[in-house]
Amino acid sequence: MSYVLGLKCKECGHRVPVSPVHVCEQCFGPYEVEYDYAAMKGKVTRESIASGPKSLWRYRDLLPVDVPVTGFNSGFTPFRKAKRLAQVLGCSNLWIKDDSCNYPTYSYKERVVSVAISKAVEFGFDTVGCASTGNLANSTAAHAAAAGIKCYVMIPHDLEQGKVLGSLIFGPTMVRIRGNYDDVNRLCTEIADKYGWAIVNVNLRPYYTEGAKTHGFEIAEQFGWKLPQHTVVPTAGGTILPKIYKAYQEFIQLGLVEDNKPKIYSAQAAGCNPVVTAIQKGVDIIEPQKPNTIAKSIAIGNPADGYYAYKVVKDSNGWGESASDREIVDAIKLLAKTEGIWTEPAGGTTLAAAIKLIQSGRIPKDESICVCITGNGLKTLEAVQNDLPQPRVIEAKLSEFDELLAENEAAEKKASARAEPVGAL
Amino acid sequence: MSVKIRIPSPLRGFTNGADIVETEGANIGEVLNDLKAKANGIEPRLFKGPNQLNRFVNIYLNDEDIRFLKNLETPVKSGDEVSIVPAIAGG
Repeated sequence: MSYVLGLKCKECGHRVPVSPVHVCEQCFGPYEVEYDYAAMKGKVTRESIASGPKSLWRYRDLLPVDVPVTGFNSGFTPFRKAKRLAQVLGCSNLWIKDDSCNYPTYSYKERVVSVAISKAVEFGFDTVGCASTGNLANSTAAHAAAAGIKCYVMIPHDLEQGKVLGSLIFGPTMVRIRGNYDDVNRLCTEIADKYGWAIVNVNLRPYYTEGAKTHGFEIAEQFGWKLPQHTVVPTAGGTILPKIYKAYQEFIQLGLVEDNKPKIYSAQAAGCNPVVTAIQKGVDIIEPQKPNTIAKSIAIGNPADGYYAYKVVKDSNGWGESASDREIVDAIKLLAKTEGIWTEPAGGTTLAAAIKLIQSGRIPKDESICVCITGNGLKTLEAVQNDLPQPRVIEAKLSEFDELLAENEAAEKKASARAEPVGAL
Repeated sequence: MSVKIRIPSPLRGFTNGADIVETEGANIGEVLNDLKAKANGIEPRLFKGPNQLNRFVNIYLNDEDIRFLKNLETPVKSGDEVSIVPAIAGG
């Protein structure tokens, strides 16, 4: 059964019935889905959830969808203890929530898109679309193909090749727009208005954003029905960070986990950090920026939900940290070498920010820490291609191989003599 | 000076359904004031106080967010287009 009561404006509290609207007609604030938590008590339990499918739909009671049409293999991604990374950073209880292998297009976006497209079909739309920095376009195109509905994806003109091909293969109509994500975004609001399509992150936004909660639900369930004390989350438009917190709070309210006052931290690239800037200054006005970073998937200079990301960080006593492009690439390599996970620059940003928060003492080394990895490095080869060694070519002769091995060992000895723990790995 | 303001669908109830309203004024604040006069009831949707826009209202002059210009003081000229754009989720 559905526990959805309707939509409620996050700013002014104005209520409307479930419908494809996203902006409060009273104050322009965002609508959010409202649930009947009292009715869930005793019915939505650890057991009821654990008996559900191994996908994001195991949390269906806490999602605004009556009949799922896609995403049956999405979500329920690995939550792993990061022992080797923890060793490097001197932590004892470090975890990775790994959406880099989320099915089918390898990012956290499967969660929001599965909910939005199911809702679009329920509302009777025959065309879906999105404004995207790449990952959302990939996911929308794939799920639209699987659901058999028409799809338009709008992206900035300068995205990585992997992100462009990663959408085109599914057969959507792709439009590359001269400008940055914020320009694409603005055009899409006008397109949604004019053509009456279901743009997943525009007029389906209240439903779309709810899908992001499943990342947080999974962390709590997979951690053994408890919450990490510290969760570090990338921030672009500001969707996932407040929704992870909302997921934690919903589980607390339903008595599924203990309230350990979890703290949430925002990670942004230094070349696009309007939310972190506000957090560090302690002012709740998010000043827009013109992005300039290799972390294109999170290069949103005018984040729609930036204020809510700010507010959750402040309310939970977390903090915000940004990372330079150099730090982002180093963190991508560190995660790959210590944990065997290849993430995109957004994930590098999150880990780099987490490292800074740990090293500065903002996050105590001996407490439970979760780093949210939301995308896959195979889509963003450009970010690291000039940063990896060129493998040597040899003849197919054992003597040449012996020689190469001897040279490598000598070089390794030299490097370890320099005693640089991170570099040594 | 005539400046067109593009009205998003959630606000067209105040403009008899019109998606464009012609306004007069020398800067963004003035043309929005003129819009307030022409679209009765729209003011509290856009402004939370005198000269203070609601948090989720984005105003563009042609293709630029006015926060990168001079906010409500940004000068306008005849033929300019002003858009009122609600914030949307990330991607």
